[in-house]
Amino acid sequence: MNSNPLYALFGYFALLSLFAVGGANAAIPEMHRVAVDVMHWMTDRQFADMFAIAQISPGPNVIVVTLIGYHVAGLAGAAVATVGMCGPTCCMAFFVARVWDRFKDAPWRTAIQAGLVPVSLGLIAASAFVLARAADHTILAGLITAGTAIVTYFTRVNPLWVFLVAGLAGLSGML
Amino acid sequence: MSDSSAKITLQQPALSELFLGFAQVSVSSFGGALPWARRMIVEQRKWMSAEEFNETFSLSQFLPGPNLINFCVVFGSRFGGALGAVVALAGLLGPPLIIVTMLAVIYAHYGDVAMLSRILGGIASAAAGLLMASVAKMTEPLFRKRWNFAPLVAIAGFICVALVQWPLPWVFVILAPVSIALAWITMRKSQ
Repeated sequence: MNSNPLYALFGYFALLSLFAVGGANAAIPEMHRVAVDVMHWMTDRQFADMFAIAQISPGPNVIVVTLIGYHVAGLAGAAVATVGMCGPTCCMAFFVARVWDRFKDAPWRTAIQAGLVPVSLGLIAASAFVLARAADHTILAGLITAGTAIVTYFTRVNPLWVFLVAGLAGLSGML
Repeated sequence: MSDSSAKITLQQPALSELFLGFAQVSVSSFGGALPWARRMIVEQRKWMSAEEFNETFSLSQFLPGPNLINFCVVFGSRFGGALGAVVALAGLLGPPLIIVTMLAVIYAHYGDVAMLSRILGGIASAAAGLLMASVAKMTEPLFRKRWNFAPLVAIAGFICVALVQWPLPWVFVILAPVSIALAWITMRKSQ
């Protein structure tokens, strides 16, 4: 584990990804524990900043592993951490999708799918609720959440415009 | 919204469209990529119906690893085989990797993310609202199905994670088999 950090990065993120059922955000606390407390790759503050950078940049939030890898071992570290986090689970998803499509009309597949959809929807709704609770500390922030929900549900306005307004409100310090 | 009506003609994406579509999702998805993926696939390009999107996304969520990356692989492989999966993934991950690396370099030089995080604070509030609207749209097909247990399962999942605050992976692992069993029983009965 001390010889070459690239092996540790790859092995650790590959292992972590296999246990990240229900999304990468569920794996963030474990990532923090290993990067800060176990491996001493970075300080608490640096981890928090990296998480913020990953959230500020567009794209999947899992990209925080790229930043951790970059911090530990430069560009090679960034590549290795990203491949470790996404590679094994992508391969698994690919083969499951193959099998899945082959059994298109099997009754067990229909049952699994019909069973998974409502669970999935309940959990996404819960994520939205948890996100709102974490983000909204003022009445105005709550109004932005409610307003965005209403505007994007009932109109076809590009949500980026709403995000622009919300970002400016945040920048002004009103929230 | 009207996008959930079942009578729409679905399109077949070419490889280049797969790349561009997911690149479009990746550069616009602040605060979570799911609403943007659904907007692009169901509402704008009509590559999947609302039901198909739900089914494919729930499968991706059930697999280990980042949801949207799994979704991207499942989606890409369905329309373009292994090459389709690679192309879609390149679209989803390429642009953010470049942007995040630039941000990391800026951070290394200035180390001040206070202003950015104030902007992010505002966007986070809006992103939560956007996700709520997406869930509301995604729930609509549920009420047209004969699986009468489905709304109850969804509500149970919401309560366990949002209100009781149990860890999401555990709720998923416990609730999914229960829900699948209910679906199976409902199917048998209705035959």
